[in-house]
Amino acid sequence: MESYGYAAPSSVAETVALLASSAEQGLTTQILAGGTDVLVQMRSAGHQARTIIDIKALAETNRLEVQADGIYIGAAIPSAVINENQALQESLPGLLEAADLIGSTQIQGRATICGNLCNASPAGDSIPAMIAAGAVCDIATPSGSRQVPVEDFLVGVGKNALAPGEFLLGLKLPMPSANTKDAYLRFTPRTEMDIAVAGVGVSLTVTDGLCTAARVAIGAVAPTAQLVTAAADAIIGTDLNEAAVHAAGEACKAAASPISDKRGTAEYRRKVVAVLCRRAIGVANQRIQGS
Amino acid sequence: MARLQVETVINGESKEFLCDANQSMLDVLRDELGLTGTKEGCGTGDCGACSILVDGRLVCSCLMLGVESAGKSVETIEGIAGDDGLHPLQRQFLENAALQCGICTPGFIVASKALLEKNPNPDEETIRYWLAGNLCRCTGYDKIIRAVQDAAAEMSHPA
Repeated sequence: MESYGYAAPSSVAETVALLASSAEQGLTTQILAGGTDVLVQMRSAGHQARTIIDIKALAETNRLEVQADGIYIGAAIPSAVINENQALQESLPGLLEAADLIGSTQIQGRATICGNLCNASPAGDSIPAMIAAGAVCDIATPSGSRQVPVEDFLVGVGKNALAPGEFLLGLKLPMPSANTKDAYLRFTPRTEMDIAVAGVGVSLTVTDGLCTAARVAIGAVAPTAQLVTAAADAIIGTDLNEAAVHAAGEACKAAASPISDKRGTAEYRRKVVAVLCRRAIGVANQRIQGS
Repeated sequence: MARLQVETVINGESKEFLCDANQSMLDVLRDELGLTGTKEGCGTGDCGACSILVDGRLVCSCLMLGVESAGKSVETIEGIAGDDGLHPLQRQFLENAALQCGICTPGFIVASKALLEKNPNPDEETIRYWLAGNLCRCTGYDKIIRAVQDAAAEMSHPA
């Protein structure tokens, strides 16, 4: 029987080679960053032993860059570190408020938003915010790297688009202009330590009172978080009047395909996702006016 | 399976231990190093009883592998008291009767110490949110919050 192993490679080439050689030997591998999902999964009944590949020793996964030509958040950067970053607080308040909703202080000391994305829970809070902010996955592959928009990276409940031998290095995001701001709102029955019933991430650009660009993404109301272009189309070119904002909310409702569970019925989730969309547009717009 | 050899620093002292690849830091502390002050409540990162500091960052030791502590500096409840006696947080937890069964207490004290290092004068809301990941099923939390507030006051205005 396979037993647990551990490796902490020091380069991307070494990591990719280790993934390949493990596959050749028929060994199962597990990429480890913050570990807040991985360690819980490791203890679940029937979990198969595997080789844990810790990617926190790589220079690439430890990149945290906030520059005029773009933002890079490496896969080893925990939520607590991005939330303390002043430049990110100013440029991506919505992504940070989403990350800040995930787990306790202790969890945020380890958990990474890239891990939240790879885990691909329908309710992962940071994911709609990443999609709204236009984040692109930077994936290490055996032959180099490839880039995949976050909305295309999610392929099902708990399933991502990583092929065997690949792993996520980090996220690339455009630096928002001065009149672009994001926001993330979710609904949970309690304010802390809970899982989203519905969530909406929004990024808006408003120039001279007119919305010139927008991205809207919904979470916890479908098998994966998803980009809702119809919601953005409803507000682009408008002055964000009540009718336009209402139409964006209805577009989110139409795009949702929720399940009913103990956190809420499908009907309730559809209703809530429309409300959250309207409110998140309001928050992002206020941030633009206030900056 | 060969055990892994790990060198780390725990409460200011260099330590070397052997662990399994899938052994948690919590189990290493308790079973390999005899540091049983850190408690296991849930084992899934929900209760905070196993809170420790790693390079000054508050984490759940149940959600970290022992081997991940290599080259890090770890602080546990055993390192909180100074040579001259209890830490103000420990003293104020006693003064305020902020514990009953005591299982959650090491985690609360380690987490509160991390808060006071970051924010020496937190308001009640800040304390409650910071400690949202520490569960106590005995006290109802109020006495814990008072203890942290009293410790913060004592530390900023030493008698």
